[in-house]
Amino acid sequence: MKAIIYVGLKPGVLDPQGRAISRSLNDLGFEEVAAARQGKVIELDLTGEDPESVESRVTEMCEKLLANTVIESYRIEIED
Amino acid sequence: MRTAVITFPASNCNRDAAVALEKVTGEPPVMVWHRESELPQGIDFVVLPGGFSYGDYLRCGAMASRSPIVKDLVEKANKGLAVAGFCNGFQVLTEAGLLPGALMRNKGLKFVCRPENLKITNSDSRYTTKYGSTTDVTFPVAHHDGNYYADDETLNKLEKRGQVVFRYADNPNGSARDIAGICNEAGNVFGMMPHPERAVDAMHGGTDGINLFKSIIESI
Repeated sequence: MKAIIYVGLKPGVLDPQGRAISRSLNDLGFEEVAAARQGKVIELDLTGEDPESVESRVTEMCEKLLANTVIESYRIEIED
Repeated sequence: MRTAVITFPASNCNRDAAVALEKVTGEPPVMVWHRESELPQGIDFVVLPGGFSYGDYLRCGAMASRSPIVKDLVEKANKGLAVAGFCNGFQVLTEAGLLPGALMRNKGLKFVCRPENLKITNSDSRYTTKYGSTTDVTFPVAHHDGNYYADDETLNKLEKRGQVVFRYADNPNGSARDIAGICNEAGNVFGMMPHPERAVDAMHGGTDGINLFKSIIESI
């Protein structure tokens, strides 16, 4: 199975890189960009087969290493 | 008095830390490699040096904070061992949960490298007693991710308990409430983004950092 984990700064935490990205897009003529947030994507290839237990293990991985929950939130997608 | 410096792959202030410790204690510190699983016996004070441990992969300090030696360090720090982290060492301490909050990308997005004027905001901490009535010091800073963040509740607690030890006079990185250095509630663990270990020799621009090392060493 595959797990795709999206990690980003929590709402309310200032994201200076996101702000620079939205300004740059505005400068390129994309005036419709009101805000940007930058995060990261982590893909894991996993040996488990039960989606529920895989998700609970991946959640543990996020809490222990992949996200710093002081500043970041995460979202997990499990694929076959 | 036995001191130690933990060195990770891509630490780059381990030697600066060693020179500072030897200058103050008269003895070279034990240099501990990240693959060790336990600190040597009888260590009284540990420094986590600056640098870019593990290439800043995932987040600054994230990998180092999960290394075997830091696991042992956390256990000992929770029992009272004196531990200081400077720059990347501060990031490791927050990632390891020994200090609250997190260090984020500088607000201005630029790497900041310059002498920085600081205010001592708790002169009774174990890391500042030797400064006496001096409140203004200058330490170098050199970082890209030094923007201290914690939620308001945590910040209020830090201030109320005197855990904010240093503040920036001219905030270089967007840190919440100008915080440059904090200690834990017990006072034995301390972290700051500026580099006191690079301010121990007049030929390098100043010696304001020496009293920080003297303070903690004398308190042991």
